[in-house]
Amino acid sequence: MSTVTRSTRASRIAMIGGGLLLLVLAAAPYWAGRADMRLMSEIYLYLSLATLWNLMAGYAGLVSVGQQAYVGFGGYMLFALTIFGGVHPVVAVLLGGVLAALLSIPIATLAFRLKGAYFAIGTWVIAEVFRLSFAQIQALGGGSGSSLPVAIVKEIGAKKAVREANSYWLALGAAVIIIAAVYAFLRSRRGLALTAIRDSETAASGLGIDIWRTKLEVYVVTSAFTAIIGGLIFLQKLRISPDAAFSVNDWTAFVIFIVVIGGIGTLEGPIIGTLLFFLLREVLADFGTTYLLVLGFVAIVVMLKAPKGVWGLIRERYDLELFPLSYRVRTKD
Amino acid sequence: MSALLSVSGLQKSFGAVVVADATSFDVRSGEAVGILGPNGAGKTSLFNLITGTLPADAGKIEFNGHDVTKSSAAARCKMGIARSFQVPQPFGGMTVFENALVGATQGAGLSGADAENHALAVLDETGLLAKANARAEALTLLDRKRLELTRALAAKPKLLLLDEIAGGLTEAECRSLIDTIKAIHARGTTIIWIEHVVHALLAVVEKLIVVDFGKKIAEGAPKEIMESAQVKEIYLGVDPDV
Repeated sequence: MSTVTRSTRASRIAMIGGGLLLLVLAAAPYWAGRADMRLMSEIYLYLSLATLWNLMAGYAGLVSVGQQAYVGFGGYMLFALTIFGGVHPVVAVLLGGVLAALLSIPIATLAFRLKGAYFAIGTWVIAEVFRLSFAQIQALGGGSGSSLPVAIVKEIGAKKAVREANSYWLALGAAVIIIAAVYAFLRSRRGLALTAIRDSETAASGLGIDIWRTKLEVYVVTSAFTAIIGGLIFLQKLRISPDAAFSVNDWTAFVIFIVVIGGIGTLEGPIIGTLLFFLLREVLADFGTTYLLVLGFVAIVVMLKAPKGVWGLIRERYDLELFPLSYRVRTKD
Repeated sequence: MSALLSVSGLQKSFGAVVVADATSFDVRSGEAVGILGPNGAGKTSLFNLITGTLPADAGKIEFNGHDVTKSSAAARCKMGIARSFQVPQPFGGMTVFENALVGATQGAGLSGADAENHALAVLDETGLLAKANARAEALTLLDRKRLELTRALAAKPKLLLLDEIAGGLTEAECRSLIDTIKAIHARGTTIIWIEHVVHALLAVVEKLIVVDFGKKIAEGAPKEIMESAQVKEIYLGVDPDV
């Protein structure tokens, strides 16, 4: 008789450890300083972007270089909906996600006609169209951008300490929800189909998987969540401009770096990649542009020596899995 | 008996290369059919056309009474057509069991414990159960071919298309493969099998179709086909006058 299980000892330990870590992190406003909380919030938001990009590129094979379109769109929706619509900033962030989902459908039908490198370039061009379009909107400051009015900022919390704690929790909550959602999705039947697409599209379609529809769903969902993260990013920054909102460097190049060095096509990869990225950034902060040279060098070395990233190396050596996605068959005679 | 698969006037070419030229044939429900032909004759392309991996230029493919000529590969699999690839296409990052589970959940539409048990049963039948936890990319070519068969079977096909799965096997392995395929056929699964290992093919099939340059050149009982001069000349390269 054979039985099928999914959790392993490592994954059970990781779940308990992760739960405890989460409690400690959630309590950060009571033990961490202002600068540390700011840095941690940024880490959570990058972790979210990386997890989303990994789902889209690493699993669905949609290597987009244009997700900054949705980061910027989410940011601008926060400003537009709060300033002109009078809605609460958190509601505006969520609405930005819904609008991004709607917008991503026609964009997908256009961009999906392109394959591989052409898709990558196409998405970048679309993001540039976003940047140029928002630069035309004078009500939002045109090319020079605008700041979030103080009255709206105070809706997050009247006192500075409360505000900072709330926006920290928003960032942490978003990261937890996104990782949990991606994990639950990958564990489901549809997630199994997406993983099959990651490995061979030809075989996947031959086994009854509708590739186009699966990719569309992934693209729409990642775009919506990316816009929500974009809203949260600019809720922290309190100021937006087209160049900052639609920056290919900040919202896509760094994210790709994180996913590639961490390990593309795994859930653990983006987490490790985010930690490594911020470690490098903090260590090299004083060296100016040398920092970018080092990042590039690290990326090249990892791609050549460990194409499956740091997590790929660990996983191969120790057969570890922190998120129990695999099935394990135990045969008893 | 009615035709499960009916191909009529199928046409496909890549520029000047014709891979299917007015190809027509029927496969009855429960039948086992072998396809012979030299390399490049269009055998695998024929499978690609039947499964929907390639769109046909002209002609008609009917499956189980439905016109599927325009249906996607995924839709055809859900209707009951599954195939093994000549060049194995494993889901490399997944385990052998997960590969089978994709067939069971997506192709056969099973879920939960039903899907898992079906995947286990198929792995047991194809002899891969002992390697259920191995990553598919770590398998040998032989096991990859077995995995192709496993995945296709997991999708619970009415029509199973096998593309050269006996090549490179030892005598003993080949015999056990023949037994497996005979058992699948005995359960009522219709089979079309492309194979260069002729003795393996003849042990299973009830009908042979011979193709060359995309054209069907002979169809009939295996014994007659193998003895026909035309087949000897084209397929085996023997000059019939010698």
